[in-house]
Amino acid sequence: MQLKPLARSLAVALSIVVIAGCSSTGGTQDGDSYGSQDGSSTGMGAGTSGAGTGGQYGSTTGSGSGAGQQADSRIPEVRTIYFDYDRDTIKSEYESAVMAHARYLRANPNAQVVLHGHTDERGTREYNMALGERRARAVQRFLNIQGVSNSQMSVVSYGEERPAASGQTESAYSQNRRVVFNY
Amino acid sequence: MQILSKVWLFCALLFISSAASAQLTIEITRGSDQALPIGVVPFAGNEGMSEDIAQIVQDDLERSGLFDPLERSAMFEKPSQADDVEFGTWRSLDVRYLVVGRAQQTGNGYQLQFDLMDISGQRRMIGETVTANANDLRGAAHYISDQIFEAITDIRGAFSTSIAYITAQGLGDNMQFGLYVADADGRNSQQVLTSDQPIMSPAWSPDGRKLAYVSFESERPAIYIQDVATGQRVQATSFDGINGAPSWSPDGRRIAMSLSKDGQPEIYIMDITNRSVERITNSNSIDTEPAWSPDGRSLLFTSDRSGGPQIYQHTLGSGETKRLTFTGNYNARARYSPDGDQIFLVHRSSRGYQVARQDLDGGRLVVLSDSTRDESPSVAPNGTMVIFATQQGNNGVLSAVSADGRSSFRLPAAQGDVRDPAWSPFLN
Repeated sequence: MQLKPLARSLAVALSIVVIAGCSSTGGTQDGDSYGSQDGSSTGMGAGTSGAGTGGQYGSTTGSGSGAGQQADSRIPEVRTIYFDYDRDTIKSEYESAVMAHARYLRANPNAQVVLHGHTDERGTREYNMALGERRARAVQRFLNIQGVSNSQMSVVSYGEERPAASGQTESAYSQNRRVVFNY
Repeated sequence: MQILSKVWLFCALLFISSAASAQLTIEITRGSDQALPIGVVPFAGNEGMSEDIAQIVQDDLERSGLFDPLERSAMFEKPSQADDVEFGTWRSLDVRYLVVGRAQQTGNGYQLQFDLMDISGQRRMIGETVTANANDLRGAAHYISDQIFEAITDIRGAFSTSIAYITAQGLGDNMQFGLYVADADGRNSQQVLTSDQPIMSPAWSPDGRKLAYVSFESERPAIYIQDVATGQRVQATSFDGINGAPSWSPDGRRIAMSLSKDGQPEIYIMDITNRSVERITNSNSIDTEPAWSPDGRSLLFTSDRSGGPQIYQHTLGSGETKRLTFTGNYNARARYSPDGDQIFLVHRSSRGYQVARQDLDGGRLVVLSDSTRDESPSVAPNGTMVIFATQQGNNGVLSAVSADGRSSFRLPAAQGDVRDPAWSPFLN
């Protein structure tokens, strides 16, 4: 399924509404940054800068979004996206990364991705298992709205069980709140 | 089918190892000012034995928080039987109770004889001769502790019980997880299972023989049931999505769990014999962490149907569901006390996550622990202590607090994280 640019940005907006509607807290911060995307004709968020989650992700995000259609034969390089505390909203800075996966999966209908949802260590383990699943499913819904078949995607939540960073700092927590694309 | 189960058995046996790499030690962190002074005199004939019986009994009693043992250095008499006890001597040391005993070697073990003396009442309360194998002296000592504890407090002792717990080391894709069972004092740890994928949420069957737990060894979560003694195990569930938070019914026939196969995580009850599952909750929210009431009639669970996680009680049969917690915006993973009158749960306060207690007849919530990342409370079968996971430096350790919050102890491990403790039921 190929969407025209306008239809695609409508789909982005729609997916944002769906995801925001499913978020238990539904705050304003993420909604505002999505709002700034509405005027963009591409909806790719190419100009978005990494807002405080560390330069290493910001730079790869930038190159991924500029790669265009030629990259559709390769699995996108950015395979981890990060989330705010207690949120399952896809932040605008990772939208282009998720869109790149959507393009790849549409272009390669035989490709399969397992979306691994993770949380930071705060809170109880089984409840965090549910929150990790909520994050991974938010990405799955987003990809599905972008035209990726659900048969190409599955979701596994690891909750807080597989932290990427150790320690009880906000920096460690922010690296652990993530969804990883596993092909 | 038979071949398959033999393969299972073989694999499970491979997992069992007596290598005690996750040995836990005890640190008393808070003593109660209302603890009863007691003296436990070293047993006559204990020299040359592999375990110090009186020391094990003394440590058990102190850990309960209800006793304040007299230092050995303060004992200038060392009686070993009731007739030799000079009540005046011990009264002058402000001791209310005294334990004396003696050990005698028999064929391939020992006979341990003990007497419990009431110093102020100037009488012998109980006494018994215990036969012990040489390799189970600690078990015999815990049995003696149980008898003494019950004689004085009228509460059944829980020193001869076990705890299951999870260990973890490493980060990200390079992690090692272990499921262990140890004595209630952290000693004699035995590895039940090891995996490079997460293991979590161990839950004891009511007869204390089996553990249900979640393992990601197939690269997604599934619930397994394993016989602790033989290592034999079966995969009980492998539904799409979350297979989590197993909790046995008191009759041992069913397991309540959280499954997300139909969307959001919901509470289900599985019949262990035929593996059928019945859906219990129906909400467009997270429902997880079920816990069966001791009378088998209701389930506690965590739900975020009101926004944040709170504890709800579902009455089986009628389906009536009632919210129980209203203090604060995060209350999760509740467990009933053995009498069913109270719940223990994780509560988030301005200081972080703590273990708390709440009476079910409309009582207020009382915070019991004092750290900032306490979780996974599990209640001793006699209801006197709650074991939970906490943080010490950068390591996860186990800690326990008395149900009244007056005393606590910690069980640090030599290395790695220890978490997700589950206190066994009575085992004898």
